Amino acid sequence: MTGMTMVQALNAGLRRAMENDPKVLLMGEDIGPLGGVFRVTDGLQKDFGELRVVDSPLAESGIVGTAVGLAMRGYRPVLEIQFDGFVFPAFDQIVTMVAKHHYRSEGRTPMPMVIRIPYGGGIGAVEHHSESPEAYFAHTPGLRVLTPADAAEAYVTIQQAIASDDPVIYFEPKRRYWDRAEVDDVSPITGDPWTSRVVRAGTDVTLVAYGPMVRTCLEAAAAANDDGVSCSVVDLRSLSPLDLNPVYVDVRRTGRCVVVHEAPVTLGIGAEVAARVSQECFFALEAPVARVGGAFLPYPPNRFEKHYLPDVDRVLDAIDGVLAL
Amino acid sequence: MAETAIQLLTPEGTRVEHPDYPLEVSAEQLRTMYRDIAITRRMDVESTALQRTGELSLWCPTLGQEGVQVGAGHAMRPGDYGFTTYRESGIFHVRGVEADELLQLYRGNTHSSWDPQRVGLGLFTIVIGSHALHAVGYAMGIQRDGTDDAVLACFGDGATSTGDVHEAMVFAAAFSSPVVFLVQNNQWAISVPVERQSRVPIAQRALAYGMPGIRIDGNDVLAGLAVTRTLLDRAREGGGPALIEAITYRMGPHTTSDDPTRYRDESDYAHWDELDPLERLRRHLLLIGEADEVFFAAVEAECEELGEKVRGSIRGMPDPDPMLMFDAVYAEPHRDVEADRAQMGAYFTRLQESA
Repeated sequence: MTGMTMVQALNAGLRRAMENDPKVLLMGEDIGPLGGVFRVTDGLQKDFGELRVVDSPLAESGIVGTAVGLAMRGYRPVLEIQFDGFVFPAFDQIVTMVAKHHYRSEGRTPMPMVIRIPYGGGIGAVEHHSESPEAYFAHTPGLRVLTPADAAEAYVTIQQAIASDDPVIYFEPKRRYWDRAEVDDVSPITGDPWTSRVVRAGTDVTLVAYGPMVRTCLEAAAAANDDGVSCSVVDLRSLSPLDLNPVYVDVRRTGRCVVVHEAPVTLGIGAEVAARVSQECFFALEAPVARVGGAFLPYPPNRFEKHYLPDVDRVLDAIDGVLAL
Repeated sequence: MAETAIQLLTPEGTRVEHPDYPLEVSAEQLRTMYRDIAITRRMDVESTALQRTGELSLWCPTLGQEGVQVGAGHAMRPGDYGFTTYRESGIFHVRGVEADELLQLYRGNTHSSWDPQRVGLGLFTIVIGSHALHAVGYAMGIQRDGTDDAVLACFGDGATSTGDVHEAMVFAAAFSSPVVFLVQNNQWAISVPVERQSRVPIAQRALAYGMPGIRIDGNDVLAGLAVTRTLLDRAREGGGPALIEAITYRMGPHTTSDDPTRYRDESDYAHWDELDPLERLRRHLLLIGEADEVFFAAVEAECEELGEKVRGSIRGMPDPDPMLMFDAVYAEPHRDVEADRAQMGAYFTRLQESA
């Protein structure tokens, strides 16, 4: 076990994937000598060379579009989109080409590609640097969507994403980049990343979150516990496919469910979770499924973000709400 | 920068030499290319007819553009890889795509029609210009493999306005990738003339990216062959990317859904009729005494036979099993697709039981 920040864990995971498979290559803006603006690729170009760690021209559609060709030639490109709000110039290539390629080729041409995107707010950044666009991608058949909640998860799931023969949008919760955890960087990589995981067991309320909000929900659960309310926390981890079976099992016991994410609540991942939980657990529910998340507005200037972003108090307020019924 | 288009065969069928693009071509090759253009043209007519009788949802005629397509197709080596538009029947044919294979797509049975590995052609993209980037990425892969393959990226004058084509040129130049961009300037992007896409000859744009830009007569199969081959070889030898602008004309509608009488004058066609690629090659073969009426009649008979075969295979082709639509969304099992597949299957069963 090694203590690592999420940035270090991702770096170690990328390094190991590149060592294991010569077809893996990295491409993005400023990922070479600079090591990426968050330093996730620090030192990798020095060790693997410019053909495997490629500083691209400044063009996101170009990065993803050329990666399609590289994948067709048998490579496994791992791309870095510098910030969440910069993915949209590549949206056409991702949704129109990457997502559909295996389907339209009737399975002849797989598209093994990972598109890493630092996402979410909480770091006091300027516009276009704090967004949570995961629902667009989870809504697109042909893509897989993963998001790690901590360093240990990041180390494992980035390697699993790279090993997948399907394209994976890999959302990295940038506000958790500097959180430390013990990472097992020795054992073989095991486990199914396309599942959710129960990270805290409770009896009164089921909290469902992913990415940056898993820690927020764990903190809220600890605070609720001090008030005598026992909360489970489920980390969805995979947003496509969704694995809600552990959520159903938990909600059938607690009867109450709160879904938390940074993205706007309207038509977000939480809406799908709420719909499915309502359908599967209808007779077990003691209260409607509650959703905590962003308001239906563009990500606000960062002096607003402490009010905009869900925090422990907002989650506790929602817990109070479902318990009041 | 060649302002006038390179021509190796005049409209009258006379061979012209060009110092930069020497071409030795056998009579057998000339006859093969004549046959390729003739077959491509016949398939075009058959496909339009099949659309008109409801057997196909749509067809995109290639009529008029077969010269450069057949020339460029022959310029590629077996290991080379092509990325094309939908209006590229000449290249499809030369690379070995069967007509009935292609038409399954236009019938609506499939999104793909051929095995890309078998024919060395990526599936065409319908969103304009997207595949130019795929071509460059594929060429970047060739560079990493260290082979001497090269990539041909075909698109039209309209595509040159897209951001993806610009980014493709930037990436190809930055990495000196082995790719040749072949722009078929057929004068029209559906109803919009080329003047709306570019105020300078498209070939001139190449200069700004740092690659050669060559204008050729797109209705001259020999110019298509010689210039494409020279630039592909230059690319495979490490010389970097290049751009060819082939001047041609879309003699038919954009697709079978289009009505060109709304935006262009029928008197335009006469000029381009004079430049027809098939007639030009026929005149040349007659001039040099390497083909006679027996040969032309044999090609015509072959076209007739092929047309009959294609009509036979497309007419009455059954619709695919509806459950097949769930196949190959992902390479690995995906819970949500499987749930939807099961739900649809159960619904079909209920429907049958209640019938």
